[in-house]
This record gives sequence, structure tokens and C-alpha cells, in this order.
Amino acid sequence: MSKLFTKDTQAIFWNNNKTAIQRMLDYDYTIKREKPSVAAIVAPTSSNKFEKFFYGADEIMIPLYKSTAEAKAAQPQADVLLNFASFRTAYNVTMEALEIGGFKTIMITAEGIPERLARTMNAKARSLGVTVIGPATVGAISPGAFKIANIGGTIDNIINSKLHRAGSCGLVTRSGGLFNELSNIIAINADGIAEGVAIGGDRFVGSVFIDNLLRMEANPDVKYMILLGEVGGTEEYKVIEAVKSGKITKPIIAWCIGTIAKYYDSGVQFGHAGASANGEMETAEYKNNAMREAGIHVPETFNDLPAKIKEVYESLNLAPIPEPEINIVPKVRRPKQFICTISDDRGEEATYAGFPISSVATPDTGKGIGDVISLLWFKKQYPKWATDFIETVIKTVADHGPAVSGAHNAKVTARAGKSVVESLVTGLLTIGPRFGGAIDGAAKYFKYADDNNLSPKEFLGYMKKQGIPIPGIGHRIKSLKNPDLRVTGLMNYAAEHFPSTPLLDYARTVEALTTSKKENLILNVDGTIGILMVDMWRALGYSEEEIDEFIESGTLNAFFIVGRSIGFIGHVLDEKRLAMPMYRHPMDDILYDVQKAEKI
Amino acid sequence: MAQKAIREYDAKSILARHWDKYFPDFTYSYETVLVQNGAELKEAAKENAWLNEKTLVAKPDMLFGKRGKNGLVLFKDQKPGDVTLEKAASWIDEKCSEKQEVYFSFDGDTPQGEPSVDMLTHFIVEPFTPHSQEEEYYISATCVGDEDMLYMSAEGGMEVEEGWDEKVTEVAFKITDTEEEIAQKIRANIPADVAEGDKENFAKFAIGFFKAYRELNFAYLEINPFVLQGNKVELLDMVAKLDDTAGFMMASEWGDIEYPTSFGMEEKSPEVLAVEEADAKTGASLKLTLLKPEARIWTMVAGGGASVVYADTIADMAGIDDLANYGEYSGGPTTGETKFYAETIFDLMTREPDPQGRGKVLIIGGAIANFTDVAKTFTGIIQAFENYQDKLKAVDTKIYVRRGGPNYEKGLKDIKEAADRMGLYIEVYGPETHVTDIVRMALEK
Repeated sequence: MSKLFTKDTQAIFWNNNKTAIQRMLDYDYTIKREKPSVAAIVAPTSSNKFEKFFYGADEIMIPLYKSTAEAKAAQPQADVLLNFASFRTAYNVTMEALEIGGFKTIMITAEGIPERLARTMNAKARSLGVTVIGPATVGAISPGAFKIANIGGTIDNIINSKLHRAGSCGLVTRSGGLFNELSNIIAINADGIAEGVAIGGDRFVGSVFIDNLLRMEANPDVKYMILLGEVGGTEEYKVIEAVKSGKITKPIIAWCIGTIAKYYDSGVQFGHAGASANGEMETAEYKNNAMREAGIHVPETFNDLPAKIKEVYESLNLAPIPEPEINIVPKVRRPKQFICTISDDRGEEATYAGFPISSVATPDTGKGIGDVISLLWFKKQYPKWATDFIETVIKTVADHGPAVSGAHNAKVTARAGKSVVESLVTGLLTIGPRFGGAIDGAAKYFKYADDNNLSPKEFLGYMKKQGIPIPGIGHRIKSLKNPDLRVTGLMNYAAEHFPSTPLLDYARTVEALTTSKKENLILNVDGTIGILMVDMWRALGYSEEEIDEFIESGTLNAFFIVGRSIGFIGHVLDEKRLAMPMYRHPMDDILYDVQKAEKI
Repeated sequence: MAQKAIREYDAKSILARHWDKYFPDFTYSYETVLVQNGAELKEAAKENAWLNEKTLVAKPDMLFGKRGKNGLVLFKDQKPGDVTLEKAASWIDEKCSEKQEVYFSFDGDTPQGEPSVDMLTHFIVEPFTPHSQEEEYYISATCVGDEDMLYMSAEGGMEVEEGWDEKVTEVAFKITDTEEEIAQKIRANIPADVAEGDKENFAKFAIGFFKAYRELNFAYLEINPFVLQGNKVELLDMVAKLDDTAGFMMASEWGDIEYPTSFGMEEKSPEVLAVEEADAKTGASLKLTLLKPEARIWTMVAGGGASVVYADTIADMAGIDDLANYGEYSGGPTTGETKFYAETIFDLMTREPDPQGRGKVLIIGGAIANFTDVAKTFTGIIQAFENYQDKLKAVDTKIYVRRGGPNYEKGLKDIKEAADRMGLYIEVYGPETHVTDIVRMALEK
């Protein structure tokens, strides 16, 4: 692997650092990447599912996950981890990512990770062939392909420093601030950089100068390298060795900063934690001389570095690099207040989840209300057996006569002279845990019992402990001998068309136990619908978590609401048609038992 | 800096606190006290009966070695091992009453170089331990390159330091080595000269020592010498450094730890202490070191790397005699933090005019920032100008600015306008000018 990143590289960003992520997306937009460079964000304490960012003038959503494991499972193609955890947790985050696997590069920004932990994590990464950039770094960049977080600074500076397209220099520095400065110098005096890494300022960093320079040696885009070292440590000598042994043949320009340190005793700490010389060999001056002797291009002072770069670059006679077209990130952008992911009315014709309304509306399309629901509620095209089932459910629950409380409320309201919508919502507002809620409840509790492998007996015991009757079990008059034909219909349909019905099969074993106690404790219509919905989603390939989320968010109740609205409207129109007068409940139907209030 | 030296007393206290975990086969009496004067020692004797019952050894505990050669170890009054509490207290009072000369390096017994002169403020007092030379051993551990090194010798005390190459056995460990691998390597490398009867105990002690070094996040740990008498261990002299970045997870393991300044180091000035205090409270970074406060070139540079190249360039072009300070601010400090930092520097640089009558130079430098908002930090510097404009003019200050990064155009324009309005001499440059070129410009004036 001779290149650190490509234009397809995607990262998981650990910590919802909005400014840094936005900078990455602005870069992506500028260089016209096809996919955003951040595929996912890990935000352990957030309950949000995504975060909005600008992509040019538009906004895009980047998914949020609670853990690296979840993010990696959902975005397996993202092979870079940008670890922006604090110095307290950065080690754990790195080690976990190494356990999970599938990361090629891990960048760690925290400064001051305990040295022993830093060494452990660097050694483990190295043994697994994972490139670690940092700790204590601003990151790395492959111009025109992928940029980590804040490296390169603002978009204006990136373009001024030609970091928006690949040049021919490979740049490695310790310092992040000077990385930017060097990019600028290289843009002014040469043709920009092909790949750049700031390895980080702590004493123990993962990839060191030689690791990066050897990769750049193998990268055909890199024509020469620039190394900016520092007083302290002996890493520069590995580079000298590689030059002497011929492992590195491309020209290197190098300079170690911190020549001043020789004037002061070790009590003065110049620069980074890693920057402290133990012995003469580690002084900047000694290293600069040693590099010069090995044939590396070393200027007289840092101030002469630009001239040295110009000299070496011009001696290479490289062809000029064409300037690519770029997008300009708009200066003023307004975040959107609302998000819509189900339908769009901006084009020629409004669409349902990407399908023009006309393509699902008329009978010749072969689409029914079940298809429309699957598009607008689930953003998926369900197969016919599933959309037919949805329609069956809606038809089954459409009405249950005038006496049930919802219908009764709607009728009373209509008789008070209220409109269709007012009367309808009065009825709908009755839907809840006692009226219609058994669909939700049955799905929830039967799924819980099945997920936890409870035997029917254990399930009954569990529900008894919860102090609630089992939702979806029991009917006023129907029994096994006198079955509810609506239930029979649903079950027959499922038996014929569903690929399998594991939850219903389980529910039948529960029903066998409950009906052995009392005849009418059968699986009722609410229970059957709730349970079969779970079986439908399972067969459609949804995960258990996704199904739990449907149940939690009240999706099952929604089927009942849609279906029963048909019946309620019927009752309201019925009242209007009959022009029934205001309803007053007969007093003799009320038990009056009013005591005089006592003084307290 | 991640590695910080601690007192011998604290090093012993840390080992004593975890003694049974690392050295279950040995006993250590942990009879040691840290005092600042004779009266404190007598006070300590009320709680530590051994101070009255045993004869004593006293020496300064201030991060420097070669205390014996400097004549700063009290172990005899008339003859070795006869130091009483009374004698120790009076000796401490005598040694801490005036500045002492301490040499850090010796050739044989001849001191080398200039001595450091400072007050002795901390003394460690322990029982005198009669023992034979054969019972003295040496052990130390530290990190070299990517590996941990364990150094062991059958000879302790000054001999080991003078015959390091012949007398010391070195063992290298990878960070990934398991406890079994470590124990195996140590057992295979016990110095040949360790008395046969002590070899097993030496190995057990060395294994525990290395484990303590690793697990307690020492950066350096040395016992020279330790005395093995069967299962009884005496730690006669210790030197230790901690990796202070591990402090957040070692709070209970280390206890209350102090990081003293070295003997002979100038006490930090109140200004430097104030900057350190501000640095500790912010997520940004504020650092200040005074090199030569009467010098004429002052720097206020953003960024750890850039601050070093400015210092390098000043040293190259003007020499270090003209460089007053080293420091940096970075990591996105607030306007208020930057103002405080700027005022601290302006205050220091305007106290005295240049003795040779030259004007002062203020370098407000920096590379191209990654994320620090230049206009925001410059607003802090401008506010500091407001308060110090007269004083800056009084020492004839010429100001040179070079900076890039987010909002730099506004920052540069603001600072130029403000300085011009106040009548301060200023030259302002952006990323098109080489980062350290303002040093050359300033010196050519």
C-alpha cells in the first residue's frame, strides 16, 4: 500500500467534533469527492441518530452511533478511524478499534496519553499492520483525495497552499502548526505536496519519520520528500540509515528545529514533549549535520529552507501540474429547519420515496394502498405478499361497530354539531393502551418472550409478575370452538404467503396453554395482527433492533389508526346523514353518590 | 514535560504503599521521614519511636545525587553509625541555615564545573543500617527508545557508577512482554557476582521491582544501593521520575505527590507561575519561560513548533544574549486568555529600558494556524496594547507581526490599525512572507 489515502477513503470520526467534520466535508466538496470522507460519527452520549452538515450549499446527514463497533458494523468500508477522544479515553478507543479490526489507519489527536499506554497501543497497531498517526497530531492529508480534520486550516488556506490537488512532494513533520507553514512554503517554491503527515509531538508516536518516508518512497506520485524534525529522539538516524543503504533514493530535504536548545540546560523545554535532547546525538545541530553528511539536502538555517526547496524542486525538472476545477464553498449557508426523507415535491411530479405518484396511483400500476404505505412509512418497496398483508390488516380493523368507545366518542361529537375532522380526532384520541393498544402490546411482549426463549409457562409467570393481562389474548365471546373468523383469515393468509411465522407459531403454543385454563383466552385479532407484523418484518430482513424500534415508535398502532379512521368517518357521516340531535346521557343511567365534603 | 522527578521520600512511600503486592516475600520497615528543619524532625519523633531508639542517617532530599561526595550525608558524629536525633536535628538546622554549594559532577572525588548554590529545604532521615559491602546491590529501570531497560549489578553505591560497563547487566523488554517473559528474562540475567545464596532472592526482588516500575508508571526508578539480608530489604538510596501524564489514573496509587524544582534552579517568577496557572485552567496552551529578562527581543509566538523556529532564528541572527523569553500560545485560546498572556509579556518587557539604549523588539509571530481564530486572539493582543501603549513607547518598542490562518486578514488589519492609532511602531505580514523573516527585518532596522 503505497498511498495513505485515496479519493474513496472514508473515515469513522470518534467524537462529534462538528467544526472539524465540517472542514472535512468542505474539503470533499471543494475537490469534488463522490462520497463524503466521513461515513459515520461515534458519539457515545448522544441520543441522536445523525448530525447535519453542509455539503456545498446543501445539507447532508452523517449517521451517529454509540460505539465504534456499531459504526464499523454499519459502515464496514470506512477503514480510517479518527480518534478525537480525550487523553483519558483515547487509549481505550484505539485498543477497541484494533480489536474490532478492519481499520488501516488510526489517527489520534489527544496530547499527553500516559507513555506506557501510548507505547502499548502503538506496538499493538504495528503488530497488526495498522498505521497510527499521532498521538498529539493534527493529522495527515492526501491532497485531492482525503484530508483529516483540521489539517491545512481553512479552505482558503488550503487552496492558497495548493492542498486541494496532488503535487509532487512527500511532507513529514512533527509539528502540526509548521505542517501548514511548510505546505505554504512548498506551494510558493515548488508545486505542492502529494502526501503529508504530521506525526505528532508526544514522545511516543505510532508511525515515525521512517515509516512515512518509506511509504512515500514507494508512492509514484511522490518525487521528493521534505522532513521537518525536532531536537530530541533519534528517529532522524533511521532516515539517514535508509538513505545510506539505498532504501530511500528520492531526494530528501530536511531540517531539525530546536537548534537553540544547546544554549540552555535541560530545564528549558522547547516545543513538544518529545523535544528534549538526551545527549549530543539528539541535539538539532548534530542531527542536521549528520543528515547533511548523508547527502540529505539540509539548509543552513530554517530561514534558508524555502530557497533549498526551490533549488531541489527546480533541479528535478518536473512537468507542471494542471490545476483541476474545484467547487467553491459558498460563504453564506443556512441550516435547514426540517428534514424530509420520504417524499419530494420539487420536481416535475411529486414522488413517494422516489416513485412518481402516477406510478403507484392508478389500478394499472398494480400498486395498492399497501405499496403506498411501504414507500411512505418504511421507504422500501415491500413484496406483494407483505403489501397485501398490510391491506388485509387495514381492512380487518376498519370498524368494530358503534358501541366501542372510539366510535361512540366520534358519534357523540358529531351529534354536538362538530365537523368531520373534529369528530374523527375525538374518536382517534381514544386509541391508546386500552383501546386498540393490544396490537402494540402483543407484539412487544410476545417478541420479548420469544427473544428470551421463555417457555409458555414462564411467559405467563412473567406477565403475572408484571401485573398485566397478556395483550392480544382473550375475547368477550369467541373461543377455540367458536373461532373469530377475522383471526382465522389472517392466519390462513400468513400460512399460505409468509415465508415463515416463527412468532405466530410461538404464540399458538401460548394460546394452547391459556385456552386450557379458560376457553375464551384465545389469540384475538389485535394479538394476531401485532404478532404477524413482527413475523412480516423478520421475513423482510429487518434486524431485531429495527423491529423493536418500530414497536417503540408506535408503528403498529399506526396501522390501527389508519384502518379505524375509515370506520370512524363512516360513523360520523352516518350521524350527519341522519341529522341526529345533540346527545344527552339519560340521568337514570348514572349512579349518583355524592357525599358532602368534610372539613380538613 | 511528561517525565517528572520526585523526592526520594515520595518514591519510597509509593513502593511501601504497594509493598505486599510487588514484594510479598520481603519485608521493608519503611522507616523514613521528610523534614524541613530540626524542629520538625523532633516533632516527627513523637510519632516515630525509631527516631529516638535508633541511630540515624540524614541527607538532603532535593532531586540531586552525589550527596556523599558533596559531604551532605550525615552518618557519623564521632564514628559511623552514632548519629542521635539531637545530632541529626542540629546538623539539619546548620545545613538549612545558609546557601550550600553543590557539585553535580565529579572526576573521582574532585568536583567538576561550577557548583549550584541554593538553600537546602528538604531532608530525609532514616535509621542507620549496618551492613556489609557484599549485601549492597544496584537496580534501576527506565525506557530507552521503544524498550524498557532493567539494569542490575552485584555492586551498589558509588562503585557501580564508576564501573558501569563492567559491573552492570542490562536486560531489554518490549512493551508487549508478558509477566512470564519478563520473569524469565530477569532470571536468566541475574549478575554472576551476586552471592550464590542471594540469587533467588535477588531475582524475586528484581521481578517485583520491574513490575512496580511498569505498573506504577514510573519513567525512571533506581535503588542504589539496596541491601538484601535474607528476606529483609533496605532501600538505602532511591531516585525516581514519574510519567505525570498518567496522573489521572494513578491518583490513589501515587498519593499526594509533589514535583519539586531542582536544586539551584531559579525560583519561578510570579509571572511565570501565573501563566502556568492559567495554562492549567484552559484547554488551550499557554507557556512562558524567562531566559534573560533584561534582554531586548521579546517573543509572543503562537504554536509549539513555530515558537521553536523563532527562537532558533533569533539565536542564529542576534545571538541568545538578546533573547529575553521563550513561550507559546496555541490551541485556540480565548480573547481574554490571549490578553492576559500578552499583558504578562508587555509588563515584563517594559520594566527597564535596554541598558545599551537600543529599542526593544516585540515579535508577534506564528505559522499558519490550523484552527485558532487569528482575529479573535489578536483582539486580545490589541486590548493589551491599549493598556500598555505608553509603557511600550517608553522603551521604544518596535513590533513585528507575522501570522496566517482562520480570519488572518481581519486580524492583521485590526492590529495594524490599532497600533497606528496608538502611535506604536508596527510592521505586519501574512503568509506570503516566510514565517521567520520578520526576525531578519527587525534586526536590520
